[in-house]
Amino acid sequence: MEAGVHELTAGYALDALDAAERSAYEAHLAGCAQCQQELESFWTTTEALAVAASGPAPSPALRDRILADVRAEPPQNVIPLESRRRRAAPVLGAVAAVAAVVALVVGLWASDLSSQLDETRAALERQQAAIQTLVDSEAQDVALQTGEGRLVVDSEGFAVLVIGGLPEAPAGKTYEMWIAPGGDIGSASPAGLFAGGDEIAIEPVEGTVEPGDVVAVTIEVAGGVDVPTSQPIAASAPV
Amino acid sequence: MGAHAFERSVLALAAPQHRVAMRKHHAHLSDEALVALVARGDDDALAELYDRVSRVAYGLALRVLRDERHAEDAVQEAFLQVWRSAATFRAERAKASTWILTLVHRRAVDLVRREERRQAEPLTEDTELAQAPEPTEEAAWLRFERERVQSALSQLPDVQREALELAYYGGFSQSELADRLGVPLGTIKSRMFAGLARLRELLDDSTQEGSWKPEFTS
Repeated sequence: MEAGVHELTAGYALDALDAAERSAYEAHLAGCAQCQQELESFWTTTEALAVAASGPAPSPALRDRILADVRAEPPQNVIPLESRRRRAAPVLGAVAAVAAVVALVVGLWASDLSSQLDETRAALERQQAAIQTLVDSEAQDVALQTGEGRLVVDSEGFAVLVIGGLPEAPAGKTYEMWIAPGGDIGSASPAGLFAGGDEIAIEPVEGTVEPGDVVAVTIEVAGGVDVPTSQPIAASAPV
Repeated sequence: MGAHAFERSVLALAAPQHRVAMRKHHAHLSDEALVALVARGDDDALAELYDRVSRVAYGLALRVLRDERHAEDAVQEAFLQVWRSAATFRAERAKASTWILTLVHRRAVDLVRREERRQAEPLTEDTELAQAPEPTEEAAWLRFERERVQSALSQLPDVQREALELAYYGGFSQSELADRLGVPLGTIKSRMFAGLARLRELLDDSTQEGSWKPEFTS
């Protein structure tokens, strides 16, 4: 394409190209990193225009219709979870999952936490660990016996505690996670600190868990301790 | 308190709590993780995505199509598209919400361009944004965002704002606008590019001042 192609990026982002021009632009886009970058940035702007058009909610019947359609339709381009599990080689779905991980890392959670850049960086590293576990197709959910949420344990024994309703830890205190072998809190090892106060906390558990282990949370002095000194306020079922 | 106090099994002091409802199962996942689940055929993940994005999606389709039934059709078709092509979603190129809204907008524009009555309608400069729904039933950030965009749009030169609004909310293509407005196609293209680039700048500036929250939380 010739010189005007740069300008077409705006028209494309606004869906203002004619069909032929649209196809030509897409063909160009596939090989032009500059236009890809520009488009990505313009899409953020058009998304703001979309959000600005929000009005009344659609009728509940629309949701029902969509879900009925979807459930009636055999998945296409879709790799069913069951068959993925048995397949060793990476397939398209796995690639998409990896792409989703990338977006998770740079994406939405970061903006929620962006008050402090350093905090965000640290949080991103923790999230990155958490995400790998959360998107693992073989990860299993373990219920919490105390507390609201669950423990997600991946095939390598890495675990993420997803827990709701914990208020911010009192001044001078922190939440501390523990891995209790066989559910024995007396021999538990420290597994990370967090501050609480989020509607839902997503906390990667440091270390790995074995079958029979329980992940528990106590409130401890800021900085954490080596041995739990208070009753667990949350605990998973045995892994 | 000595350590012996904790030798009791955690199991013993665990009081069973109410079960977390099924719908909450996906609540902690990001939009992108939900798309990854949709790619594996998880219809609950699609339902969660719908709940997060549908209000904006429907508002956008209604804005373009100006007809409730057609707007619902556009949203429905776009979500079927999400279901069918979730595995091809490129998360490195766009957020999931951006992707879904792009599908909705594309569908709405394709539908509106097919309508014959629109061909005969006079051009109306579409300066008003959507009618505000009852404030009580609207998330505060949606309201905040609408005002922020409206304010940014109002700072654009008239011809640029007109080009953006007629294209994005009116569904007019660049060549249609050139015909209707009686200006060269190149001029329309330039206005649209300059307008969108300027709008991006203005929105970036106001993001730094405000608490723009790009996530669709419900």
